[in-house]
Amino acid sequence: MSAHAVSTKSARGLVAVDRFLTFIRVFLVTMIVVGILAFIWQQIDADNVFARWRNPNARGLTGDQFKGLLISGLSQGSMYGLIALGYSMVYGVLGFINFAHGEVFMVGAMTGFIASDKFQANGMWEQNFLLCLVLIVLMAIFFSTFTAVVMERVAYRPLRNSPRLIPLITSIGVSFFIQNLVLGLFGPASKSYPRLPEWLAKQRSILTFEIAGTRLMVLVVAAVSMAILWYVVERTKTGRAMRAVAEDKEIASLMGIDVNRTIVTTFAIGGAMAGVGGILWGLMFRSVTHMTGFLPGVKAFTSAVVGGIGNMGGAMAGGISLGSAESIAPMLILEPLGVPGVSQLKDAVAFTVLVLVLLFKPSGLFGERLSSEDRA
Amino acid sequence: MSVIAAPVPSSILDQDWRKVLRWGLICGGALIAMCLVGMPVEMDRRAIIERYLSLGYLTVLFIPVLVGWVASTQVVLEGVEARKQGPFDLVTGFVVGAIGGGFLALLMVALDSWNLRDPLVNWSPKLFRFLTYENGMGFGAVAWIVTGAVLGLVGASFHIVPRTVRRVTSFVVFGLISLSILESLIDDLSEGFRLEWLDEFMFAKKGGLTVTSTIVIGAAIGVLSLVTDGRMKAATERYRNMEGVERQKTSIVLFVVIAVLCGVLPMFLGKIMNELLANVGLFLLLALGLNIVVGLAGLLDLGYVAFFAVGGYTTAVLTSPNSPWFAPELHFGIALIFVVIFATITGLVIGAPVIRMRGDYLAIVTLGFGEIIRLLFMSDWLGPYFGGAQGVTNIPGVDLGFATVKGTDPRSVFYLVLFFCAIAIYVSWRLQASRLGRAWMAIREDEQVAEAMGINTVSAKLMAFVVGAVLASFSGAVLAAKVGSVFPTSFMILVSIIILVVVIVGGMGNIAGVMVGSFVLIGVLGGPKQPGLLQEFQNFKLLIYGLLLVFMMLKRPEGLVPSARRSRELHQEEFLQDAWLQDDKLDSDDEVSVGDGGAEEQ
Repeated sequence: MSAHAVSTKSARGLVAVDRFLTFIRVFLVTMIVVGILAFIWQQIDADNVFARWRNPNARGLTGDQFKGLLISGLSQGSMYGLIALGYSMVYGVLGFINFAHGEVFMVGAMTGFIASDKFQANGMWEQNFLLCLVLIVLMAIFFSTFTAVVMERVAYRPLRNSPRLIPLITSIGVSFFIQNLVLGLFGPASKSYPRLPEWLAKQRSILTFEIAGTRLMVLVVAAVSMAILWYVVERTKTGRAMRAVAEDKEIASLMGIDVNRTIVTTFAIGGAMAGVGGILWGLMFRSVTHMTGFLPGVKAFTSAVVGGIGNMGGAMAGGISLGSAESIAPMLILEPLGVPGVSQLKDAVAFTVLVLVLLFKPSGLFGERLSSEDRA
Repeated sequence: MSVIAAPVPSSILDQDWRKVLRWGLICGGALIAMCLVGMPVEMDRRAIIERYLSLGYLTVLFIPVLVGWVASTQVVLEGVEARKQGPFDLVTGFVVGAIGGGFLALLMVALDSWNLRDPLVNWSPKLFRFLTYENGMGFGAVAWIVTGAVLGLVGASFHIVPRTVRRVTSFVVFGLISLSILESLIDDLSEGFRLEWLDEFMFAKKGGLTVTSTIVIGAAIGVLSLVTDGRMKAATERYRNMEGVERQKTSIVLFVVIAVLCGVLPMFLGKIMNELLANVGLFLLLALGLNIVVGLAGLLDLGYVAFFAVGGYTTAVLTSPNSPWFAPELHFGIALIFVVIFATITGLVIGAPVIRMRGDYLAIVTLGFGEIIRLLFMSDWLGPYFGGAQGVTNIPGVDLGFATVKGTDPRSVFYLVLFFCAIAIYVSWRLQASRLGRAWMAIREDEQVAEAMGINTVSAKLMAFVVGAVLASFSGAVLAAKVGSVFPTSFMILVSIIILVVVIVGGMGNIAGVMVGSFVLIGVLGGPKQPGLLQEFQNFKLLIYGLLLVFMMLKRPEGLVPSARRSRELHQEEFLQDAWLQDDKLDSDDEVSVGDGGAEEQ
């Protein structure tokens, strides 16, 4: 009798929550659809009643504006993708969110600043930019990798078999520590990267897309790094070891794989990618502080979830989709709905994307790849 | 069980040099990092013992002692007899400390020859003067190597000297340091109790203990530690072993003493100390709420600050005449009803989508919600309703009829906070052992098993969110009334993380632990914007919070004052192993079953 009562009560609780979640899903989708429809109407006829319903002042976007937003979304997204790879790989192998990975990215950006500032001071930056670029990328990779590896050794390795939340909390502490260590060492002022040389930074027109040279460079470097990473993971012995460890640590070690070493390699590769991302971030936004890592870090994690955690192609695709969503959605959906000051809500859009993906498809758009023990 | 003797080194120089070198590098790295972060120079102004020792030097000097101690700790494996520690370990500590000191000497040479001020802000002549003690480089270099070596030796000698000596020295050192740190509190108290002579005797005019008082107080603490040796432990042991009525009686006495102390002490304290206590109380309230969500139910909510913000903004809008859109100018008490309602709704709305997620996804999504709420309050969109970045100002205090609680009178704020803390403590205490509390703990330990046992996990988790949200919103409401204004910048993610550190350092799932955590951390180091007793730490407290969080997770995840159940959970493997080692008389079947149990739990 009592058991029966308990079960109906719990069922009722479940139903209420489910109804609420369904309501949220329907509400959000309705909002998105209404926004997009209103936007399309605006494009067709700006004086249409539906287009003017929520926001009489909206004028829509011209084709060039739209392309501009798309490009900026893509270039920002490719950076998210580069950082997201680190989250995704570590989650795939160890099954926890390395919250401090955003800080690894920040260390890369900071290293890039220090080096490029010195290069500019002795004139090398202008004379031989490409050499400088290669050098600062290498330095950023070195320091980011170093940070990631030390982090793994000191903070995460002793916690290998502890409950899932313990390493996550530790990584929050590590993130806090690195942020404030950098603050203490280099001061709170925002540091600005030197300007790119004119021949690189000027506007170009490619396939009718007006694109700033910096963004083009970001896209190219991101694509090259991704290709190298793909080669390492899919075609080399190390990569095969990494995939094996992600699948099952115990069996992998029985097959003669040094699990510890593979995990360090995973952290190192993730760190290197974050370092490259940091340099690109610095060159594009030209300003770095000790807090630079926080938001891109969380957004990169969002990208990893969007693409399916543990899935590397997914992480890159997730980054690009998140970047585009973040840059286009405010104008496309929020503006026609009559929300003022939409550009301030960019970050809120990114977090909403995270919630949406987890509500609709928790395994991400391209499917997650986790070992059986982490697939809870 | 057979016991193997540990290998005895043939001579004191037969060290594991790689290990020694590694610890030396760690020691040197820590020293250099400490110097370049700027802690020593910044804190050089605060004297511990007048003229002879400043907090700045203390931050440098403790490192070789600590590293020397850790480096010479003997790793004893299970079933191996420990080696008797002696001069061998002293050499380890000595060398480690000397290497550390050597690194400082190198830093000094570098400081003298290059100018790296550009990226490294603390690369300054000040640091050079600090390190050389204004006595030139040769002296400084030799002095640091010798000091490092001696301090490392001292650290290592802690393994060797008799227990009593160890106890007395550590008591004296920590007692003196904490007395000196508590200087402003003692100042304030002695003024309140008309005991100015005590203050004058103890502290020098420019701050710090005087030499005479150091000697006298040090001796007193030493004697005290000798007298109390073993008694404290016996007393707590006796209290733990008490049964039923007797224990209840003692608990009531203890409770009354603490309550009277909390009620009476603020009368004798000045404004600054009361302000400090009020801040501690506000964070204690938040920490108690988070303790329910994280400590009891095991839901890592990183966006806890959202509820704090909801409480603050609800109070602000409903009570302030300056609220931009809707200003009913209600009384605080009536506004509080709405605070509870809105906090409950927010708790449900944030809780519902995240409740089925994996623990770590839940953490990030709640973090996202925390950010979204802050961004919304700040945006132009909701600006007309909540004032955007300008916030809501001119919030009146709490009119109680006989008195008004507001920020200019921190003592009244403290009493108000105390009232809410009392409610929070009572609620958490009653909930802990209740059906709901046990359900939370079951969910924390294993959600699937809990569900199989018939616990409605969905509603239990939602309840955790709601209770936590309501407690946090009370804190937000008091904050609004105390400060008189709310801004979106008061509700950064930072706040959530600091509260998390408080809960974890104190002891997850334990009310007493959370109280200790907030007193020690918020009281001494300070909150995100609120200064603590050590105002010199203002710029470094976040660094220390991060370090503490990592350290606690690695070394003592159950916190300073652990909850018995939680620490059993965290150290399950060790418990099982101990049980297995002790039970070697049992027949083999039992052993196997215990071992299997251990393996499956992982």
